[in-house]
Amino acid sequence: MHNEVIAHIKSRKSELIEKWIDRVKEDADERMVNVVSEQVFQGTSYEFFDLILLSLSEKDHEYKNKLQMFSEKVVRLGWPITFVVSGLRKFIHLVHDDLIEQGVVSKEREGEYLESLDEWLAPLSNEIIHTYASTWEKTVSLQKIALQELSAPLIPVVEHISIMPLVGTIDTERARLIMENLLDGVVSHRAEVVLIDITGVPVVDTMVAHHVIQAAEAVHLVGARCMLVGIRPEIAQTIVNLGIDLNKFITTSTLRKGMEKALEMTNRKIVELEGVN
Amino acid sequence: MEIQSCVTILNEWDIVAARQLGRNVAKELGFGTVDQARITTAISELARNIYLYAGQGQLCIDRLNEQGKTGLRIIAIDEGPGIPDIRKVMEDGFSTSGGLGAGLPGVRRLMDDFNIDSNPGEGTDIRATKWLR
Ligand SMILES: Nc1ncnc2c1ncn2[C@@H]1O[C@H](COP(=O)(O)OP(=O)(O)O)[C@@H](O)[C@H]1O
Ligand SMILES: [Mg+2]
Repeated sequence: MHNEVIAHIKSRKSELIEKWIDRVKEDADERMVNVVSEQVFQGTSYEFFDLILLSLSEKDHEYKNKLQMFSEKVVRLGWPITFVVSGLRKFIHLVHDDLIEQGVVSKEREGEYLESLDEWLAPLSNEIIHTYASTWEKTVSLQKIALQELSAPLIPVVEHISIMPLVGTIDTERARLIMENLLDGVVSHRAEVVLIDITGVPVVDTMVAHHVIQAAEAVHLVGARCMLVGIRPEIAQTIVNLGIDLNKFITTSTLRKGMEKALEMTNRKIVELEGVN
Repeated sequence: MEIQSCVTILNEWDIVAARQLGRNVAKELGFGTVDQARITTAISELARNIYLYAGQGQLCIDRLNEQGKTGLRIIAIDEGPGIPDIRKVMEDGFSTSGGLGAGLPGVRRLMDDFNIDSNPGEGTDIRATKWLR
């Protein structure tokens, strides 16, 4: 990189950054500007600018760290990668225009300068894309773990009765977790009755039904009984249309009815106390 | 008059996208809760069959308006292995994958019209329609 260019960028930092923010903003759609405050937008732009300058210096380690942190921040702000990359391109053109306007570079040699600016920033852009992608992957896999933890909890509500509330779509992975957690939980909670609550499952097709039936049979094998609760009227209809036989199951339309039945099956019931209040 | 929208089925989450599309169109056309559930379940069955047996394919939703009747048609097309014996797969309980074998016969009962066209080695084309009453 030409030393005079670096010196020029450093000396004109505040003018350049202001112009740059204006140009970048033209491109930012409402989504980006609305989710972050003006302050964050400005601050992030300054940070990006410093990062570009830092990439020129020798301190490779520090730069790598900062780049990583910056990428993570941008991912968290929810800015699209295209926005960041086009910001970098705008920076090149801005510096180039400024070099000519300020007379640092003559018209004749402008091509040469543009090329070396490009050469300087191409690796930076690659690195940002790379870091961005891996940060994104990391975020996704963390979310996946978080989702898995939430996806099939078995809750020991009262002695001998456990409930598994299912909310959302059931895919193969989740079906596997349901089975695992059911069997582990039934044994460790010493459950006699398990209620699988499907109130929150949007679609009960033959795959979901198949998995639930298999889970119930497995629960039966470890010595407990399984109840299918929270069958909404429209789901009951489609199950009948599909020709799925749930006769082996105890089924109820609501969790509450299921709970009452489960208590009954374990020789208990809920009573109201007199004389209180 | 037909307006069609499609989802390419490649992985399990595309099945969810196809169902979502179907549910939105069904709602828009004025289908009630029970029919919405029937339609999304039928889509789920057909899309999953594509995913399981053909690997990839398309699931499209047509809005129909014929002689004053409004309807929704599900079209599931793939270029997979095809079905050698259609009569057999329409029987309750027939499955080559250890499934319940209730998908195709179930879709026929969930919907009003059902048509299946399949040739071994060429693929499968299944159409099912629900009419608004
Ligand atoms: N798109 C398809 N391509 C090839 N074979 C299919 C397709 N759809 C269904 N089949 C065959 O039909 C059988 C029955 O399907 P279905 O009724 O959905 O039950 P299941 O999926 O539980 O096996 C499947 O086991 C499979 O052999
Ligand atoms: Mg099937």
